[in-house]
Amino acid sequence: MQEMMTAKAKELLQNGTVNRVLGWQAGEFVYDITPAVFETAEELDAGFVYNDFCGNNLSKYLIKESRKEGKVLAFLKPCDTYSFNQLLKEHRILRENVYVVGIPCDGKTDGETLKAKGLEGILGCVREGDTLKVDTLYGEKILPLGEALTERCKVCRGKKHMVYDELLGEEGELQGSARFDMVEKLEAMTPDERFAFWRGELSRCIRCNACRNVCPACSCEKCVFDNDASGIANKAAADSFEENMFHIIRAFHVAGRCTDCGECSRVCPQNIPLHLLNRKFIKDINELYGDFQAGEDTESRAPLTNYQMDDVEPGIVYKRGGKG
Amino acid sequence: MKTMMKMMKKLSRNRLDEFFAALAEKQALYLPVEQGEGQARYQRWSQGAKLANALNTVRSAKDFFFPQTENLVDFKMSGKTIEIIDPRTEGEDFVVFGVRACDARSFTILDKVFLVDPVDSYYKSRREHGTIVTMACTRPQETCFCTAFGIDPAAPEGDAACWMTGDALYCTAHTEKGEAFLNALPEFWEEAEEEPVKAQQEATRQVMARLPLSKFSMGSFGGEVLMKVFDSDKWEGLSEACLGCGTCTFVCPTCQCYDIKDFDTGHEIKRFRCWDSCMYSDFTKMAHGNPRLTQKERFRQRFMHKLVYFPANNNGEYGCVGCGRCLSKCPISMNIVKVAKALENDTH
Amino acid sequence: MIEETLIPKLGVVTDIRMDTPDVKTFRVVGADGKKAFEHIPGQCAMLSIPGVGEAMFSITSSPTNTEYMEFSIKKCGCLTDWLHAMDVGQQITIRGPYGNGFPVDTELKGKNLLFIAGGIGLAPLRSVINYVRDKRADYGDIQIVYGSRSKDDLVDYQEILDEWMADESTQVNLTIDREQEGWDGHVGFVPNYVKELAPSLDKTVLVCGPPIMIKFTLAGLKELGFTESQVYTTMELKMKCGVGKCGRCNIGSKYVCKDGPVFRFDQLDELPDEY
Repeated sequence: MQEMMTAKAKELLQNGTVNRVLGWQAGEFVYDITPAVFETAEELDAGFVYNDFCGNNLSKYLIKESRKEGKVLAFLKPCDTYSFNQLLKEHRILRENVYVVGIPCDGKTDGETLKAKGLEGILGCVREGDTLKVDTLYGEKILPLGEALTERCKVCRGKKHMVYDELLGEEGELQGSARFDMVEKLEAMTPDERFAFWRGELSRCIRCNACRNVCPACSCEKCVFDNDASGIANKAAADSFEENMFHIIRAFHVAGRCTDCGECSRVCPQNIPLHLLNRKFIKDINELYGDFQAGEDTESRAPLTNYQMDDVEPGIVYKRGGKG
Repeated sequence: MKTMMKMMKKLSRNRLDEFFAALAEKQALYLPVEQGEGQARYQRWSQGAKLANALNTVRSAKDFFFPQTENLVDFKMSGKTIEIIDPRTEGEDFVVFGVRACDARSFTILDKVFLVDPVDSYYKSRREHGTIVTMACTRPQETCFCTAFGIDPAAPEGDAACWMTGDALYCTAHTEKGEAFLNALPEFWEEAEEEPVKAQQEATRQVMARLPLSKFSMGSFGGEVLMKVFDSDKWEGLSEACLGCGTCTFVCPTCQCYDIKDFDTGHEIKRFRCWDSCMYSDFTKMAHGNPRLTQKERFRQRFMHKLVYFPANNNGEYGCVGCGRCLSKCPISMNIVKVAKALENDTH
Repeated sequence: MIEETLIPKLGVVTDIRMDTPDVKTFRVVGADGKKAFEHIPGQCAMLSIPGVGEAMFSITSSPTNTEYMEFSIKKCGCLTDWLHAMDVGQQITIRGPYGNGFPVDTELKGKNLLFIAGGIGLAPLRSVINYVRDKRADYGDIQIVYGSRSKDDLVDYQEILDEWMADESTQVNLTIDREQEGWDGHVGFVPNYVKELAPSLDKTVLVCGPPIMIKFTLAGLKELGFTESQVYTTMELKMKCGVGKCGRCNIGSKYVCKDGPVFRFDQLDELPDEY
């Protein structure tokens, strides 16, 4: 696929369709991929890469890139296209300045996921059928793909692109996903157990803002948490409710707009499962307003910003036992 | 600090938990414990705590001396009058066990900031109360490059250094504090030969030589290339994907920039300091403007500080210890190694 | 308890003078009624209203004043709004002195001095001007070129009239940006006025004001034949600790709070242009 993409990128640069290419750049190791903009065929040959580690969702970069001169080629994986659409809907991306090439994805892993499986000293990694063969300083390790994939890829909702100007490879299908399993487990807990779960997870937060800054739904030009005048721009990671509030407020703010791309959890240096907060909202929205997928299209009105006479009454929360 | 004659002691591994328990009776003991998914963090020892297997902790050991948030001073306001209250109480002695060689070196870098005139007494007090017991590495990772700074992970610095072998924990003191650590519970320690330690060091050094970054060096950077590096046209591309988050800063053992803020509890004003990041958009923002308007300038500041400004003021010592945390944790995998390699040609 | 630079001392505001519509000068003493600490001209202090904020301000009074310190402060943000709203007798907190100050006892000693200030930029220079006037024999000629938007925006106008202009050994050249009723002095921007005045090249220059004024003034001085090593200025960056540790005001290998705020232009050339 990488060769096909490089060829496509060169072709589109050559014929003037685009003047630059947003993609992924190879790093020092097999897994440390950096999003990058390539302007020439030489640059593409020198560093462009597409492999099992190209998990970064590139859509948010298009807010900035689509405001530059000329058209940019963006390679989008199926799940990245949801974020792209959602940003279009929010008028953040200038569509006419982006040429979207949909690319297939058969699940991604990343360095941190492999390390969490106990791999040390990763030197190389190749996919062989349903396994990953990882070369390490301490010998070769074989991992079943099912274990090596990131959480979001394990519960992939499908290989279908929501938007593209051109598609490389076959059009994929939507598929069933067990993504709400953990949310259901949390719902089944007692309030005390659930509180303890989140206190445990969120107590590790270092307030680095990586989750917010990577989030395609967090596209405010000035975040309330960075605004001294807001009165809540507290930088201190107080070991109290402070950092918890940060994540809860953020989850509320992206509710109905979050496409469940999973970048928040991918980037968290402390492996806090932040996506679970968003998924709880998604599940509730589905249950209260009917199935809704943010970023599926660019026109429909989102349930939380669209009042209808038969909308669920706030009292529903009490009917469900007052525990929301 | 007086350097002691090196005397190797050892303690059987099956008495390790018993030793921790006994030590924790005498003074606060912190050690790396698992926090899930192969990651570790420092935690105060409590019954059942197990020393983590992970090579290093996600957060560095700088927290012990420069905590993420700390109360500096309290104020009670009443009409036109202000009462100023120093909230500090005498700190307790503590032992940090299991510090890696990279983090141990980071303290000497932090010392060069906080212990130079005017001394930061908050930091100094913690340094005086803390005993650093290091642990030699045996399974370095691909992200490790401490040797670029003359650090030997098989022979870490610290008040006392330890080596864990299959059956025993070996320890030797480097300072009086280290001696005190060994002498606190003499019944646990027995005199030991150095051979098992030497064999382990040899094995570790062989792994170090095979690390992908074993040849990496920052040697071409320093104060004398300040403007050349600053003016490089590569900063634009290097910083292009930077999210402007503070992950690299907060996991870094040598990053020490901070903010000072006031918090009104309703009863008093608490003035606290907390970690800050030059990567953040408001870091240099003033009432009338901001000299670093884009992420490129903020990104450049962080790396210039470590590669050029810090060495310019500290006899060529870099503001990095090669722990590799930023290599593992940056959401976009941009880090000091990539930056240094990309800019190397601009240094001459 | 250990002496700690980050813990401020108590200060009391004993006098507040309205200088211009948006500049007030505050007289501050320690809790014991005496001067809070000694300083050299050009140094700064951290003033704070707990709960509102803490910021670095130039000490505008001369060290030769043995009774109190003064701060001329322009209203331009949260803390300064608060300071402008307070009454005499209010306690504040103060810590310092910070920074290098002007080299009044070394490089500047015996020199002919030319002070160039714009608007609130007079604040850090006023301390030096009054210092060298009090130690008049140690310095050569003193010339002051000061300008602001209007007559009403001239900080310390009364002192300028009553003391500086009344003193024969001090040459004062005032200017305002635009014509104004009741003003028969010079009209025009500071950089142009300096060029018109064409001061002699044996002077050592101390310039302070808005960045754009400094930029054009320096260019004008160079045209006249001045070298960068003859010209001093002060810099202003965000500061939190004041002691070169928090990292805010780091430019190149310098910390403005500790190594500055006073720099010679030839020294600034060695620093990245991030101010």
